[in-house]
Amino acid sequence: MPTVLPLKKQPFSFVGPVSAAAGAFAGLFVGTAQGSGLLGILLGGALMAGLAYGLMTLELPRRATRWGIAAVFALIGLMVGGVMGLIVGTAFGAFFGWFPLWLADGRYRAGLPPYLTAGEVLWHYAFRVICGMIFFFLIAPIVVVMPLSFNAENFFTFTPEMLRLDPAGYSMQHYEDFFQSGDWQAALRNSLTIAPVATLLAVSFGTLAAIGLSSEHVPFRQAIMAILISPMIVPLIISAAGMYFFYSRIGLQGTYLGVVLAHAALGIPFVIITVTATLVGFDRSLTRAAANMGANPVTTFFRVQMPLILPGVISGGLFAFITSFDEVVVVLFVGSASQKTLPWQMFIGLREQISPTILAVATILVCLSIALLTTLELLRRRSEKLRGMSPG
Amino acid sequence: MADATQTNAGASGRAPDDASGQAQDSGATGPVLAADGTPLKASLNRALRAQKLRALALIAPLLIFVLVTFIAPIVDMLFRSVENQIVSETLPRTVAELSDWEATSNTLPDDATFDALYYDLFLASEYKNHTRLGSRLNYEQTGMSSMFRRVGRDVGDFGDLYLDQFEDLDERWDEAEPWAALMAHPGYLEDAAEWRESRDADRIDPRDTPAPRFRLAPGIEDLLPKTAQAYTHYAAFMRTEEEETADEDEPWTLVSTMLYEDLMAASAADIAAYDGPMADALQTAHAAAPDFETMTRKAQFLEADDEWGNLDNWATIKVYSPSYTSGYFLTAVDMKLGADGIVSQPEDQQIYGLLFKRTLFMSMVITISCILLGYPVAWLLANLPMRSANLLMILVLLPFWTSLLVRTSAWKVMLQQQGVINDVLVWLGVVADESRLIMINNQFGTIVAMTHILLPFMILPLYSVMQTIQPSYLRAAKSLGATPFTAFWRVYFPQSVPGIGAGSILVFILAIGYYITPEIVGGTSGTFISNRIAYHISSSLNWGLAAALGTILLGAVLILYWAYDRIVGIDNVKLGG
Amino acid sequence: MKLTSAFLASTALAVAFSPAVAQEMSNEMTIVSWGGAYQRSQQEAYSKPYVEMHPEVTVTWDESSNEAVAKLRAMNEAGNITWDLVDVVAADAIRLCDEGLAMEYDPDDLLAEAPDGTSAEDDFGDLIVSDCFIPQIVYSTTFGYRTDMVGDTPPTDVCAVFDLEAYPGKRALEKRPINNMEWALYCDGVAKDEIYDVLATPEGQDQALAKLDTIKDDVIWWSAGADTPQLLADGEVVMGSTYNGRLFSVIVEQNQPVGMLWDMQVFDLDGWIIPEGLSDEELARVKDFLFFATDTQRLADQAKYISYGPARQSSAPLVGEHADLGIAMAPHMPTDPDNAKNTLLYNYEFWADYRDDIDAKFQSWLVQ
Repeated sequence: MPTVLPLKKQPFSFVGPVSAAAGAFAGLFVGTAQGSGLLGILLGGALMAGLAYGLMTLELPRRATRWGIAAVFALIGLMVGGVMGLIVGTAFGAFFGWFPLWLADGRYRAGLPPYLTAGEVLWHYAFRVICGMIFFFLIAPIVVVMPLSFNAENFFTFTPEMLRLDPAGYSMQHYEDFFQSGDWQAALRNSLTIAPVATLLAVSFGTLAAIGLSSEHVPFRQAIMAILISPMIVPLIISAAGMYFFYSRIGLQGTYLGVVLAHAALGIPFVIITVTATLVGFDRSLTRAAANMGANPVTTFFRVQMPLILPGVISGGLFAFITSFDEVVVVLFVGSASQKTLPWQMFIGLREQISPTILAVATILVCLSIALLTTLELLRRRSEKLRGMSPG
Repeated sequence: MADATQTNAGASGRAPDDASGQAQDSGATGPVLAADGTPLKASLNRALRAQKLRALALIAPLLIFVLVTFIAPIVDMLFRSVENQIVSETLPRTVAELSDWEATSNTLPDDATFDALYYDLFLASEYKNHTRLGSRLNYEQTGMSSMFRRVGRDVGDFGDLYLDQFEDLDERWDEAEPWAALMAHPGYLEDAAEWRESRDADRIDPRDTPAPRFRLAPGIEDLLPKTAQAYTHYAAFMRTEEEETADEDEPWTLVSTMLYEDLMAASAADIAAYDGPMADALQTAHAAAPDFETMTRKAQFLEADDEWGNLDNWATIKVYSPSYTSGYFLTAVDMKLGADGIVSQPEDQQIYGLLFKRTLFMSMVITISCILLGYPVAWLLANLPMRSANLLMILVLLPFWTSLLVRTSAWKVMLQQQGVINDVLVWLGVVADESRLIMINNQFGTIVAMTHILLPFMILPLYSVMQTIQPSYLRAAKSLGATPFTAFWRVYFPQSVPGIGAGSILVFILAIGYYITPEIVGGTSGTFISNRIAYHISSSLNWGLAAALGTILLGAVLILYWAYDRIVGIDNVKLGG
Repeated sequence: MKLTSAFLASTALAVAFSPAVAQEMSNEMTIVSWGGAYQRSQQEAYSKPYVEMHPEVTVTWDESSNEAVAKLRAMNEAGNITWDLVDVVAADAIRLCDEGLAMEYDPDDLLAEAPDGTSAEDDFGDLIVSDCFIPQIVYSTTFGYRTDMVGDTPPTDVCAVFDLEAYPGKRALEKRPINNMEWALYCDGVAKDEIYDVLATPEGQDQALAKLDTIKDDVIWWSAGADTPQLLADGEVVMGSTYNGRLFSVIVEQNQPVGMLWDMQVFDLDGWIIPEGLSDEELARVKDFLFFATDTQRLADQAKYISYGPARQSSAPLVGEHADLGIAMAPHMPTDPDNAKNTLLYNYEFWADYRDDIDAKFQSWLVQ
């Protein structure tokens, strides 16, 4: 709900202390890093209050001022803390060149309901910061992995060269290793032959069953549903051990078929869940209408039902695919060397040979995930358009 | 085909759905007819049946698939938690003899039991089953593994005592052929010779065409019953394990021992009446046998290892002789099935209770941290405009789709003492270089890494519930004078509880069974019961205990699953798709 | 009718020709090993030259030696053996042999003679510790320490591990009782030749655990071979036990600031076992491969890639230089006289008997 109220300029009596508080907070860290936290707080607060006052009284060209402040801070950072200092300094400079003016212009109230009290506005931004930190928590491990995959050494360690951003500390050797090593390529091939077949099995059986489950009169519906969802619920180690003994007994252990069947079983709950969810919004009268117009059930299925539930099917399929593609416990037990998948090879990489190659693989897979996620998002939008549902 | 049976079944036993229809029917004046003249109720019933049938036909393939590839293996494995045939199969005679013995009598089992034990263990050591039995019993009584292993090495030599004395009387007692001539049916010897010839000429593969089945010489069983039995066992062993015929090697010393016993029991008249091969040697032996140097089996066992005089060991064999046991389950709850009933394990060996409690406690902490971190994020996602929400959603789903192994090792890189977080903290001066925080290989590391890994499972259900909550309720509450906190707590929060419930149970169920992450970042204080299960499967090879622990864990999960179904309904799980 | 007789004829034919078929060798071989640098050394020294000689053979490597006993037992239970040759430590070989899961063999029949004509049995000597075990290398479990974290007095005595005052910081120890219990007793004042007598008694086991208890809070327990090298490289631990070949790779190949503490290194053996229950074709191929892969030259070749001592006496003089770095390998061998001043030999007999018992105690001590 955009507010059309004009933004109100704020006096220095408000901007000054808030800027000083922010400066003191930043100064605390800089100060402790340099030896005295208290001094940092005082200096930081004073500096920011002064900066805010200067920015508000002198009507300087804004963009140029901001760049200038960032540059000064960057220079100070470089002198104090080297390359890392430069980065931190730039970030600080950019922030503090913008923050006091953002406050002074009253832009911080833009987009918020006008009746909010000052405390509520503060809470609004505090909440955003908290959420930002949680998102950071979610993403941090992945962000850490990426630079490590360019490590020039064979350990999962940020070397001093890497921290200095010295090019000698970085190399592509782990990527080369991935593309040249027979083990990794075989593992990739295995993953790419196992996952699609497992997905296909899970999707075809799963979609049929989900359609069956969604009809109104299914006897023992709860019990059947419980059985079909159970592979997701049963602890993996139990599933793995059970399949290991049972598949050994019937000669499936250590075979391609065995791994495919096991992975298909693990992927099925995802297909069931997503497809039934899609079917909840499915208008049953459409199939009746199709039947009324003379379409036989098969035609109805492929021409009417399938296009509508397709996004659910694909999204379930993607989940099933990633389950198989990322599964390590069951394949360790059920598979043998000739079915060694990527996660298995990664597991060995962690246990037996120290090699950041697994981080290179992970980086590649993360990029793959992003591609898949984008696909999913596009499909979801399409599904909503087709079903005529409002977004959300 | 299936149709017909279904129709019949439907006609004889009405489905419960029909009950109400019937009640209504009896009150009506006349049946309403469908277009084709049949009563409408029947017609509708038929349609309903067809619908049910179609639904079941659609479900059936998957149901069968899951039952075969998933449920059957699990049931099969859980069954191992009570299976205990190994004792009675390896020591059948001993177990039978022990049925009369009471551990509380404070005396060792009688000589007959030791004789039976000798026979059983001799066979077991030849087939190499004794160490496996030793490992099995060692789970219950420490030291029995060594006891079986040691005696397995010696038991083959017990009979040398008699064999040597027979040999002193007649060299032929140490040769294969005279023995075979005495014990085997002439027909068998012919078949055996023929089979050997084809085998040696490589005309047959002994795996595909095993040696001929052994037959005893006529009458020998009556004359020397124990010897005949032992020799038959020996011949069967040669046939299946060595892929040879009985007359290719001198028999086991077990056979000599049995011969001595038979000779002591046989009457001179019976021996004299025998006129087959080796009759002379048999007569000499019979005459000399009473003067043989001899030793009871009990004495021999005690000489080999005095552990066989330990009543506790015998009590353990007796207690675990039934084919099914509750022993593994008792161990899994830190108890023990002893001779005098069920007792607690000694204090310093009670670990499973601790591990189960720790698993539950840590899963709970992880669930709570997921709620605390997931709730604000889900709220933000649900209240942002669609486009930005979807972008942020990618940040939630990205870790979800990144390999578990990679995320776990990333946490290792972050949390260790020389890791990223400690480096940053030291750089900032928050902690001193020499007092870097210990955040990994303990419970903290496990909780952080697992919270990160399971957080998407909390955010997704919360988000899907929060999306359905109307923001206008909150505004209405505020406009009626509620403070923002009251409005949230009294209006918004109660509506989001189903999401919390769904997410919590999902996270809790997944957390309780985790294995890889605690293994890598958990050290010793952050490991879960699953790690112990994995340890028993791949290292200690105590599969029965692994199955018992797994059954208990599975039971806990199923109860939660049932609760989940009750509170949320399985259909309502959403995966953000 | 016609079909039946044709079928019968073909069966008869098959039976008649089966001996000829039985002599043929399978062209696929699954070899189980430990992964990492060790497996690579086996590939370089054994399987690559072998495949060059026999291009029709495909070798699949399976990194499952860690779980070999469990998996072989399950395979045996199911009657479906999918492995052809398994690399295990001697203790596992004894266990597998005891349970009838590994095949007994005759050294002089299966293995090549030494170049000077010494029989294989004499050339391997005492290292054939079980009827099923075909020795390959002698390795040791010993300690490495961070040279930059021990001050001016690098440790020379294994008891430095238990000395938290002189060497503060974390230590890495293996998550199992073997070796740790021996070191604990040794550093608690038990004479070297009495260690196993003491360890056989419950009091002795408690004594060892009590000694370990003094450092329990400062131990990071490892279970995979890659753990200690990574922990040392990260500076997470000041010292840690691992296999000497892993430390060699950290020190010499990766140039990390790590030193070797050879004191009280525990010698152990690693070698092959042939699983019981292979088909004739598979067995023929495995035997052919083993004859090649365990000869004097091949065992010496392996030492070019990793610092483990060859199990044949005749191979020792042939040990040369590192394949890539060109440094002499002999001084890095655990058996080098300078390194082997104070050593312990893994006691197979003892651990075969007491493994289950002590393991149970150790694991519950660990969890509490």
